[in-house]
This record gives sequence, structure tokens and C-alpha cells, in this order.
Amino acid sequence: MDREENYICRCEEVTEEEIRAAIRGGARSVQEIKRWTRSGMGICQGRTCRRLVERILAEELGLSPGEAEPSSFRPPVRPVSLDSMDGSKE
Amino acid sequence: MERDTRPAVVVGAGPAGLCAAIELKRAGAPVLLMDENAKPGGQLFKQIHKFFGSQEHRAGVRGIEIGKDLLRESLDLGIDVRLDTEVVGLDPNLKVWAVEGRRRSYTLDASRVILATGATENAVPFPGWTLPGVMTAGCAQTLINVHRVLPGKRILMVGSGNVGVIVAYQLIQAGAEVAAVIEAAPALGGYGVHTAKVRRAGVPMLVRTTIVRAEGNEGVERAVISEVDGKFKPLAGTERTLDVDTICLAVGLTPSIELASLAGCRTFFVPELGGHMPLHDEFMRSSVPAVYVVGDIAGVEEASTAMEEGRLAGIHAAFSMGYLDSGEMERRTADTRRRLRALRQGVFGAKRFTAKERILAEKEKECP
Repeated sequence: MDREENYICRCEEVTEEEIRAAIRGGARSVQEIKRWTRSGMGICQGRTCRRLVERILAEELGLSPGEAEPSSFRPPVRPVSLDSMDGSKE
Repeated sequence: MERDTRPAVVVGAGPAGLCAAIELKRAGAPVLLMDENAKPGGQLFKQIHKFFGSQEHRAGVRGIEIGKDLLRESLDLGIDVRLDTEVVGLDPNLKVWAVEGRRRSYTLDASRVILATGATENAVPFPGWTLPGVMTAGCAQTLINVHRVLPGKRILMVGSGNVGVIVAYQLIQAGAEVAAVIEAAPALGGYGVHTAKVRRAGVPMLVRTTIVRAEGNEGVERAVISEVDGKFKPLAGTERTLDVDTICLAVGLTPSIELASLAGCRTFFVPELGGHMPLHDEFMRSSVPAVYVVGDIAGVEEASTAMEEGRLAGIHAAFSMGYLDSGEMERRTADTRRRLRALRQGVFGAKRFTAKERILAEKEKECP
């Protein structure tokens, strides 16, 4: 590991540099950064990196942290094995 | 009024969720309490320190004892508690998607949903933070107080808020040495009582200081720290190295709003309470009227306020389902609201009170 390499999304191994590059390349939301770099698409689904990506985004765009478009979510919000889904209803 | 017989589903069995479920059950409403963990109680069972506040807020009682009392009460009432059950989805029609034991997935229709999903610890990235030995303070607290495993021998605590100083002290009690508590802000952030205990134990408390990187081969062997300028940027020439095997991060919490967001609850940014959180009214109702938010998801505060918020929502949900009349609802919530107001006083409390008022005002403005 490069000593100065700074990982933001640990699950998908996306570095701070890659996220900044995506924003400089035109990404304007956490959503777009995610599609560009895969940050937040790993097993924790962004639970660790979401806030970090939001902060970098606000920083790069010169916004206050509340102004950057917040992350969106979709189910399942936790990793779920395919076998558990046999369609049963309670 | 006809009673709604579909269950109220409470997600999260921490202090807020337990209190909500207790109030619902007491009113005679059908309730299901779900929690992803093997044991209920949320973070309460890790809190071996005594709580503050007045007598009626159980000041001087340890969190773990409060947890035991709530559990006993919920068992006595016969609440249906589903453990090892993750709620992984929720839609605006209140269809709840749950997965039990990571094996059985099912959905059910709720009449009300009370989200008591808590908060997630923040991280701070620096080169080397992926090394084994870097963890959040809550993780270290779980290791020592629940699993009774010491995460390391010599620890650096990053962050001097209550979580940082409380966990630093508990790590010392558990037999570790805390090399330093560092704080990027110009002043320490925790309550004086907790901070003083760490200080008396001889731990250096360094303000205007940040972590620059972690070094080591198989795991953390050293932490490089540095002073920061007014914009929190490291100051050249102030770096120094601490020999530590563990770095704990206590840099705040973010409300866990995933399910609220899926249900369509509108959010609002309140930095002093942890970031984006669902708007709510004085009864903890979100912008989706059948969805309530209580505890840290509704703004990061403390177990004591979380319990009162849980009670408020539980009572109001039981009323809205037809199990309490409005007089009874008013009577039961009056005390809760008074206690909640009392908890939001003092230097730290007043700041939270003002922030909460902003959430209520925004809710009133955006979705009256």
C-alpha cells in the first residue's frame, strides 16, 4: 500500500484522489460519484463512506456540507442473501 | 373510533424503541419490536458509567441498569420482540421488509412504523486508516464491555466529545494505556466530569491536534499526529509520532436515516445534531404521518432524551390507532414533554433544544 494513499470507500477500495477526480470530471452528487467510482456500492452500502464522500463533494464544489445533494437509499439497506428471499409473506 | 388492528412496528430495540413499544403495549395496541442484534438494549448495555440529570431522569444510575429495567418491563408486558431481525426495507405504504436470522425474509403491513434506528459512527480518513487496529470508539467499547476483549495495549483516542472521553476512561479501566486524547477543535468537547476522570488518570489531552497517518506493517504500530491551523489543516513542522497499537475514532455520529428515507420522510440538515435527519413534529411524527422517528435518528442526543421521545411516539401512535382517547393521550404525554424540556437545559442541552426547535419549525413550514 502506498503510504500516502487515502482510501475513502474501504469496501470498494476507492481513494480520495479518485473521488476528487470524478467531481472534477463532472460528478455533482453522491449518486453520480457512486456510479462513476463504485464508492458506497460495497458490502456496507456506504455506511462508512457516505459522510466522507458528501464532505469531499461539498468541499470540491465550494458548498456548505448541508447544501450538497444528500445520498439516496434503496432497499435492501443491509446485505441480504438471495436464499433468504423465497417470497414468503408473514 | 375504530381500532387499527394491524401492528405498530418499532424498528430498533435501544432505549427509544423499547420505550415506544412499552407505551404502545401499555395502551393495548398491537406492537412488534424488531432489532438486528441478538440482544435488545441498543447501546445501553455498553454504558457502564452513571448517567446525569435529575432524579426522575435516573441520574446516578448506570446505563446498563436502565437497560435491564426496560427489558424487564417489556418482558412483563409480553411485548413481541423479534431479535436477529433486520428491517431492510420500508415503503411509503408501510410495508415492512424484514430478514430474520439472515435466512428468512418476509414482509408485513404495519399500521404505524416507529423508527428507532439510532446513529452510525463517523469516520475520519487518513493514510493507514485501513490497517487493523484502527476502529471507532463504539467498536472498542463493544469489545471491552460486551465481549470483554481488550482491542490493544496502547491507544490513541481521536476526538474529545463524550464518546471519546467515556470510552478512553473505560479502556483504562479495562487495562489499556491511553497515550493521548486528541481534538482538532480549540477546546475539549466532552462533559467536564468525564473529561476530568481521563485527565486525572494522567492522559495528555491535546487540542488543535489531528491525526495525519497511521503506520505499521501487519497492524497499527505508530500514529503520526500534528497540530492544525484555524482551518483544521495540519501545520508543517509540528508532526510527532506516538507508539500505539490501536487508534480509536470518536468523531461524531450520523443519524441512520436509510429506512426513513425509503418511506419518503423529508429530511433536514442540522449539523449540531449529526447531519441530515427526518423532520418531525412535537409527537415525533415525520412528514409521513404514520411514520415516527425517535432517538438518535431524530437528532443525535442521549439515551435519556431518546427514552422520552420513544414514549411520546408510542403514546401518540397508540392514540392515532384508536387505543387512547385524546384526553388520555394528552395526560400521558404531558409529563414526558415536561421531562424532555428539562433534559434540554444547561450549556449543552440548550444548544440541542434550539436545534430541535428548528426541526419542529421546519416541519411546520414544509408539511403542516
